[in-house]
Amino acid sequence: MPEKTSASAATPDTTANPYADPAARKELVRGIEARPGSSKPDPILEVDNIVRNFGGITAVDVDHLEVQRNIITALIGPNGAGKTTFFNLITGFDKPTSAQTLTHRPEAPAHWSFDGKALDNTSASAVSRAGMVRTFQLTKALNRMTVMDNMMLGARGQTGENLLTSWLKPTWRAQEREIEGKAHELLQRFTLYEKRHDYAGSLSGGQRKLLEMARALMTDPQMIMLDEPMAGVNPALTQSLLGHIQGLRDEGVTVLFVEHDMHMVRHISDWVVVMAEGRIVAEGEADVVMADKAVIDAYLGAHHDTDLGDDSLLTDETMANLQDEAAAEEKHRD
Amino acid sequence: MSQDTTAYSADAVEPDTPAPGDERPENRIDRRKTVVLTVLGIAIVAVMWYVATSTDGPMARVFSGVLREAISPQTAAVAIAVVGLNIHFGFTGLLNIGQAGFMLLGAYGFAIALNEGAGLPLAVLVGLGASVAFALLLGVPTLKLRGDYLAIVTISAAEIVRYTGRLSQLTEYTGGSQGLPGSRYRGEFTDLSFFGDGRTTIGPWSYQNTGVDGWWARAVSWAVVLLVVIVVALLVRSPWGRLLRGIREDEDAIRSLGKNVYAVKMQALIIGGGLGALGGMLYVLPSSVQADQMGRQLTFFIWTALLLGGAATIFGPVLGAIIFFSVRILIRGVTNAYVPDSILNTQQTEQFSWVVVGVILMLLVIFRPQGILGNKRELQFNA
Repeated sequence: MPEKTSASAATPDTTANPYADPAARKELVRGIEARPGSSKPDPILEVDNIVRNFGGITAVDVDHLEVQRNIITALIGPNGAGKTTFFNLITGFDKPTSAQTLTHRPEAPAHWSFDGKALDNTSASAVSRAGMVRTFQLTKALNRMTVMDNMMLGARGQTGENLLTSWLKPTWRAQEREIEGKAHELLQRFTLYEKRHDYAGSLSGGQRKLLEMARALMTDPQMIMLDEPMAGVNPALTQSLLGHIQGLRDEGVTVLFVEHDMHMVRHISDWVVVMAEGRIVAEGEADVVMADKAVIDAYLGAHHDTDLGDDSLLTDETMANLQDEAAAEEKHRD
Repeated sequence: MSQDTTAYSADAVEPDTPAPGDERPENRIDRRKTVVLTVLGIAIVAVMWYVATSTDGPMARVFSGVLREAISPQTAAVAIAVVGLNIHFGFTGLLNIGQAGFMLLGAYGFAIALNEGAGLPLAVLVGLGASVAFALLLGVPTLKLRGDYLAIVTISAAEIVRYTGRLSQLTEYTGGSQGLPGSRYRGEFTDLSFFGDGRTTIGPWSYQNTGVDGWWARAVSWAVVLLVVIVVALLVRSPWGRLLRGIREDEDAIRSLGKNVYAVKMQALIIGGGLGALGGMLYVLPSSVQADQMGRQLTFFIWTALLLGGAATIFGPVLGAIIFFSVRILIRGVTNAYVPDSILNTQQTEQFSWVVVGVILMLLVIFRPQGILGNKRELQFNA
């Protein structure tokens, strides 16, 4: 078996990303309209009418979203905006309330497709096999298995995982070697090679994040979905994680990641989607989005620039004004 | 070169990368532990053997009882069921609290098929088929749910099997609460024996060559144990076994990697249940099919033996089954020999032996949760 290069180990197609060049990327995103649900030139993921209710609360209500291929898209929003729920929905770990079933036929049924393949009513493992692989906010390292075993589990199409051939070692020995080579390369890239015989449970929180990402890459995903990859990671490791994510993009992997730290997002994302209260409230380049009034409102509240330290604010007149303003806003929102 | 205990990683690490950390100190400790345990085990058996054969006191009788129990066909039969449970719980994390139900179903399928005139191979297939159907019936609705549901369903279903077997309406087939006497179905098995007639004595073990409960039953039972251990070792050391352990650790993570978790869990449930059924067939060969002999109590013995030997190990289940049954005989024998009848009579020593077994299990779970052969390092990281 020929040795694979580290790039081809991670992605199926290395030369295919025309947007590895920052200038090309800039030009691409300039051409996209910065409004919620805008259409993209080459969307890899398209989502329509995903609604998820928990009792009376609507956690997610996304009318339309397209994710552009080959760039890094950040999904941001304050706590409780529905980012993780949205992730769970499109990766098959949760079912939309608006899903069409035999008995339930909503007016606007949920529909989403990845790379032209419809994913409605698809299981989590089938979504993953389609090429859209996710990580978890609370890292799911397999603690009582070694780092290497964690990695090996990521590889696709293993003959040895078939019960009928698993007990015949000659049928899978060569493939196992090949997968091991790939795992070693990825571990080296993610600075976990020295730890490969350790139990995953003995790794630090940040190292587990790295392991989970490396494991996801063992599947050769077309698109990787990272749920808060930086949460609980120390600053030094954050820098290298950011580098890894950009490296993936340059190799042709589409990246969608959830984060609520705006500064991190500004640093690496090519396109930003903002969620608040379950809806998508803005889309655009990082700088544009962060100046957007709806985004600032979502993060800081509509009256964040009202100085409550100013005594004049406490006069009845000002309070009445503020209340009117709030009421009008409520009405507007309904 | 790595000396990993898991075969696939040991063979797979390329020889040209002798990176630091390959020869881990833990591995040396593991090897030393294995040697110490083996030597200790052999020494204990040797002492008991010597006392049982060369002395003539109460302990001679106790030890020969222990050694007889250790190799009895029923110990072997339970050991196979424990290996099956190990696939469920130890490797896949499935909580099956009805392994005795699988055993009973296998025994019924086997014995009834023989009574109805089927040949031995067909009868074995009927027993295994019954357990596969049972596993599917239990697994289809529960394996998509959280683990607790399988536990509830298995313990209830095992009881249902037992009560159904006891039904007087089914006396024609199952013998009802009387059970099926071994003499009705054993013939074909003992006819296969090439051990001939007569009696052979090896140390404390003196049995008929063939007979109802003789060397033939022992030889076949332990041969099956050996075969089962080899097959299971091949399975769990393969990538399929790795998948099982991954599912045990976190199903959702495995799903996110695109594996069909449901199918793999079903395979594990069927294989482990099938081994339970196989154990059940061997269990009834030297005795009879009695529904009440394979109730909740036996399920708990199987669990105890698994935890004692060490879950998620290859030999743990077999060692656990042997030690579990022998130690009880030891406790009972010692109590009988040295505690006067005025304090504990024979019937009470029997019960006392179970109490001590229970206390030992508690101490085990507190002080050695990984069992005799288990890996403590694995237990340090709770999933």
